[in-house]
Formats: sequence, C-alpha cells, structure tokens
Amino acid sequence: MPAETIVEVKEIDMTYEGGVEALAGVSLALPEGRISTFLGPSGCGKTTLLKIIAGLIPPTHGEIWVKGKKVDGPGPERAFVFQDFALLPWANVLRNVAFGLELRGLPAQERHAIARKHIAEVGLKSFEASYPHQLSGGMRQRVGLARALSVDADIILMDEPFSSVDEQTRRKFQEELLDLLRHKHKTVIFVTHSIEEAAYLSDQIILLSPRPGTISNIIRPNIDREGRNPDEIRRDKNYLDAVDEIWEILKHYV
Amino acid sequence: MTLLGRRIPIFFSLVVWFIVWEIIGRAKLSTIVPPFSSVVIAGFTIVPTEKFSKAVMISLRSFAVGMAFALLVGIPLGVLMARVASLGKVLGMWVNIFVSAPISALVPILMAVIGIGESTVVITVFLFAVFVILLDTQVGIKQADRSLVEMARCFGARRYQLYTKVLILCALPEILAGVRLSVIRGVKGVVIGQLLIAILGVGELFELYSQHFLMEEFWALVIIVFMFAFALSEAVALLERRVEYYASSR
Amino acid sequence: MERKSAVISPLVWQLISFALFFGLWEIAGRWPISFAFPPFSKTLLALLRMLADGSLPKAYLSTLQPLIIGIVLCSVAGIGFGIGMGLSRAIEWFSLPVFIILQAAPMAAIIPLITYMYGIGLTSKVLAVVVLAAPVIVMNSYKGIRNTNPSLIQMCRAFLGTRRQEMIKIILPHAAALIFAGLRLGLAMGFIGIVIAELLITPTGIGDLITYHSSVADYPEMFAAIASIILFAALTIHALERLEQRLFPPETRGLEDAG
Repeated sequence: MPAETIVEVKEIDMTYEGGVEALAGVSLALPEGRISTFLGPSGCGKTTLLKIIAGLIPPTHGEIWVKGKKVDGPGPERAFVFQDFALLPWANVLRNVAFGLELRGLPAQERHAIARKHIAEVGLKSFEASYPHQLSGGMRQRVGLARALSVDADIILMDEPFSSVDEQTRRKFQEELLDLLRHKHKTVIFVTHSIEEAAYLSDQIILLSPRPGTISNIIRPNIDREGRNPDEIRRDKNYLDAVDEIWEILKHYV
Repeated sequence: MTLLGRRIPIFFSLVVWFIVWEIIGRAKLSTIVPPFSSVVIAGFTIVPTEKFSKAVMISLRSFAVGMAFALLVGIPLGVLMARVASLGKVLGMWVNIFVSAPISALVPILMAVIGIGESTVVITVFLFAVFVILLDTQVGIKQADRSLVEMARCFGARRYQLYTKVLILCALPEILAGVRLSVIRGVKGVVIGQLLIAILGVGELFELYSQHFLMEEFWALVIIVFMFAFALSEAVALLERRVEYYASSR
Repeated sequence: MERKSAVISPLVWQLISFALFFGLWEIAGRWPISFAFPPFSKTLLALLRMLADGSLPKAYLSTLQPLIIGIVLCSVAGIGFGIGMGLSRAIEWFSLPVFIILQAAPMAAIIPLITYMYGIGLTSKVLAVVVLAAPVIVMNSYKGIRNTNPSLIQMCRAFLGTRRQEMIKIILPHAAALIFAGLRLGLAMGFIGIVIAELLITPTGIGDLITYHSSVADYPEMFAAIASIILFAALTIHALERLEQRLFPPETRGLEDAG
C-alpha cells in the first residue's frame, strides 16, 4: 500500500477504573486517504480505541500520533460521527451541521453557507429548518456526517454510524458514503460489528479479539471499486473471499 | 365524560363543584360555607380595597424577591454541585435533608434572628424554593447526554462553550421542572411565612377574615391565592412542554 | 472529575459535610450574628438537656399522635380515592381538576379556618395534616393506576385475563411504587402540616417547645427543638425512601417516577 501513514497507534493499553482491561498492546499504522475499519465482537474495545484516537479518552499507556503530532485531546484535524448521532435536540439541522464551526467562532453567515453546502451533499437539502426529532434515524445520521464534513477535518472517525439505522437505509448510505469520501480524499476510521459492512467499505480491516482487545489480524480486501456499481462489488470474488476470511477468524471469538 | 354524545372538557367539572357549593351554602348546612355566589361578590368587593391591594403588593414583592434569589443561587450552585464532585458530596446531603424537611419549622428561627418583617418572609420563600431547584438542576446536569458532551469536546468546545451551548440546555427540562416545583413551594412559603408572622400581607388578611368570621371574604381570598399558585405553575409547565421534545430525541 | 473523590469513601464525605456545616454554625453563633443565634455547641447541649429531662421525648409523643392519625386516614381514604379516580372515568372527570389545583395550592391557608371550626384540639391538628398530605397521596395513586403500561393491559386481555385479574396482577403491582412514593411525599407534607398546626393553632408538642423557649429567650433550646424536628422528619423520609428502593427497585418498576 503506497499511501503514507496519517495516524499512528503506539502500544496502547487501556484499563478502566475498576480494573476492566479494554485494550492491551495495540500498535497500528493507518494510511492516509483510505478507509480503515475496526471490526470485532462486542467487548473487543473497538469503540474505546476510536475514542482514544479522537482524544476523548486518555489511554492508560501508549501514544497516538496524528500527522506527526502527539495527540493529547480532540483536534481540528479529526472529526467524529457518533453512534447515537449526538445531535442537539434544541437546534435545527442547519445549526447542528454548523455547530463545529460555531464552536470555532466563525460568523453565522459564513458557517451557515458552509453548512448548507454539506447538507446538500448528504442529500438533506430543504431540511435545514427541521429539528432532529422530526427526522428519521437515517436522516439524523446524515446530519451527523454533514457536521463532520463541515469542519473540513482530514480524518473522519465513525463509531458504528449505521447501527441505529434500518437495513435499506444502511445500504444506500454505505454506497453514498463511499462515493462521497473517495472524491474528498478523506481518511476514514470506521468502527463496526458487521462483517459485510467492513468488507464492503474498507481498504483495510483491523480485526480485534476481545477481553482485552488486541489486534488479531489485518485484512486488505483489495476490491476494485472504481467505476463499478454496488451489486457488482457485492458479487466480487475478493469481496466474498474477504467476508469468508473474516468470519473464519471471528467465529473463534464468539 | 360525555353528555348527549359530546365530550365535555374535564375542567368543566369545576362548574359542577361550584354549583354544589352554592347549594350547600344556600341550604346553610355549614357555618363556614357561604353560597359560592356571595363568595364571588365578596371577591369583587375586596379586590378594589386599599387594604387588599397593599397586602397583595407586599406578598407579591416577598414572593418575587425570594424566588429571584432562589433562582440566582439555585441554578448556578446546582450546576457546580453536579460538575465539582467534592462540592456535590459536601452539599448533597444537606440539600436532600432540606428538600423534604418541614422548612416551616425554621420560620420561628427567622422571626427570632431577623425579626418580624418582610425580610423574614423573603427568606422563607427562598428556603422553600431553593432546595428543589438545586436538586433538579443537579440531576439535569448529571444526566446530560454524555455523547453530546463528547461531541462538543470533539469539535473543540471550550469550557464555557460546553456549559452555555450544551450542558445548561441539556438540563433545561429538569431545570424547568425544578423551577415549576419551586414556584409552587414559593407560594406556600409566602402564605405559611405570613400566616406565622400574622401581621403581614395575605397572611394578615387570612387571620383577619377568620377571626371576624368574614367567611365570604375568606373563601374569596383562598380562591384568589389558589388561582395565582395554579396559574403560575401552569405558566412554567407551558414552558416545560415547549422543551419536551428534548427528552424524546435523547 | 470523579478521579480523586473515588478514593474517599462516602462516609468520610458525610463526616466532612457534617463537620463543615456544624463548624460554620458554631462560628456564626460565636461571632455572633444575633443574640438569638446560639452556636452549635450550646444547641447540642440544650438538645441533650431536653432529652435528659424528658421534655423532648414527651413533646414528640404528642406531636406524632395527630401526624400518625392524619397519615393513616389519608393513606386509607386517599389511596382508595386515587385508585378510584384512576379506574373510573366519571370519578376522574369530577375530581381530577380539583386535585390538580389542590396539589399546587398553598393549603396551609385553610388552617385558620380549621381552627375556627374545630377549636384547638386534636381534631384540628389531624385535619391540618390531612389537608396538606391528601392531595399528593391521591394524585400519586391516580397517576400510578393511570400510567400502567397499556401494552401490558392488552397482553393480559389477549391471554383472556378478567378485569379482576387485570387489576390485581397488572395494574396494582405496576402502581404500587408510585403509590408508595405518594405516601412518602404525603408524610413530608404531613410534617409541614403538623409543625404549622402546632405553631399556629395551639402550642403542643414540638410546637410548644419552640414557642415557649422562644418566648422566654432560651434560644439554644428553641434551636435544638427545631433542628430535632427537621432531622427527625428528614431521617424518617429518608428511611422510607430506602424502603421504597428496596421494595421497588428502579429496574423492576418499568416506569419513570411521575411524582
């Protein structure tokens, strides 16, 4: 893989208060401009690892380096998409999408212009004035994605973004996500417990084993996605092989 | 309740009660129950009197000042108690004690220490109202959506932004519930404080009317005070309902 | 934020909390804020004196009598009526607005009238307790019945449960937690009622101790009596709350506290 490393995970240990060991000795290099996925059964610490990279949780031991700088908290080069969307219930779509920019102190007009652009990109044009409780789960997650895109971070961290969304919406969303991100050359770090989702989306899949979470395997499906429609990808031999291979490994942990 | 196939709004039952009241009054079944109509008439006669408006002014002023202090102290201190663990632990026990304790027992202390006057009533209102605000604000901030807090941190929120743009708003439903309960308690505080002091505001009027057996006036005053308490708590409840959807989208 | 405090046990925090409160009280009393504000130490001594000479226990016996009678009356009649309100649309229609208003209203205003009507004896004090405690007991029982999860009732009907079974096996167990919470809140109101009654109607029991010692300027004794009733009420209500959590653990309640 010729891409340069953008995120380096160095010997991360994470033990929670009360002695629960979530991660032990995790080291990784994540390539720039690609989609990397953390995959594993529940309890393997994949979300914890993502939140450590985000700077939300300080690790017990080890370091995270992003673009050659050590992480000691959240930073503008990383944006997060939450499993439960984390939308402000009292703010409409426009304000929610612009919220990251609002926190940076950008004037209203500027940030709203940027937000509108990204709202349109995720297919929510004309919903700017709606409130989260008026939207479906899939639409709420689009708002979450637009918010992450608005701050123009290089790295987008996604924590099981489709787990609260129904299956049809999920598939459609996955396809659109691929499209969108390939054109933007973002680095995506993605957490999921769906094997198909991981294989379908990722350039690199990091399999984690549970209790404590350690890296078990790294799989690079090498699926040629350029110019092919989703159904072709889902019938691609490399895709199917990757799904099988992952299942072979994961079933030992279940 | 339906009548002739039409639903009758539930608050119409009050009309039925007033009619029952009127009948009992007319039948002279009880010396303390005058007919409702004469209570209403008495209400219209006492309201324009100077004595009444003076009493109401004093009571309202004590209530407003006491409530203002309760809000100004209760909300910020409640937020701090939720965010600063040691403060929450030191004060939490006392808030729990005083939120359910008979605060009315403190009025004799206030009368002895501060004297028999308006400030005693103001402090009574404050003490009646403040603890429930403290408690609910604290609960609201503690229950604030963790992922919203993480989200704000992720997108680079500063400390003051975390409070003003996320935490306080997250806790708004609980804070408003606390304010509504505190308003109800505050009104009780005015009445109880003034009854115990007995020479001030509506408390003085209650004493006066019952001692001189002015039952029409007494009941008129009861209805006015009850209506005030109810209207006020409904006004806050209206605000509460406007933020109800916060909870549904959590 | 929890990192440091986790090391210190809750008991130690309680001791710190007591020490701070009583320490501030002591300082305020010695300063002094007012000649009527005794320091904590003198109040504590007065409390012990009153315990030793039997005046405090005697006062409690006479204070608790109308309180207990009132609360028992409220429990029987109030819960019964609240359940009736929850089950019958007609009773609900007639009485719900009244109780909604009574719950928000300063019922203490009625107390002078009670005195006028029933004199200064036990009846008046019991009534003062009832008038304050009843609305919240009735309302909680009503809400408990009303908030029963409708899908559980449908389930019961789907399995051919009779109305009686629905009542005994679904609705009452579901409502029990809220009804109990209503009793606890009612008792808190009852304490307020009895204190006001004893201060306002006739000085008996704790109210007598407070009024008497205040009139002869024995402020430590007055403070001790007041502190004791506040502490007594708080501890009783706290114990009930504990019992409530033991009897109806939140995870088995299936509904949020609507009280």
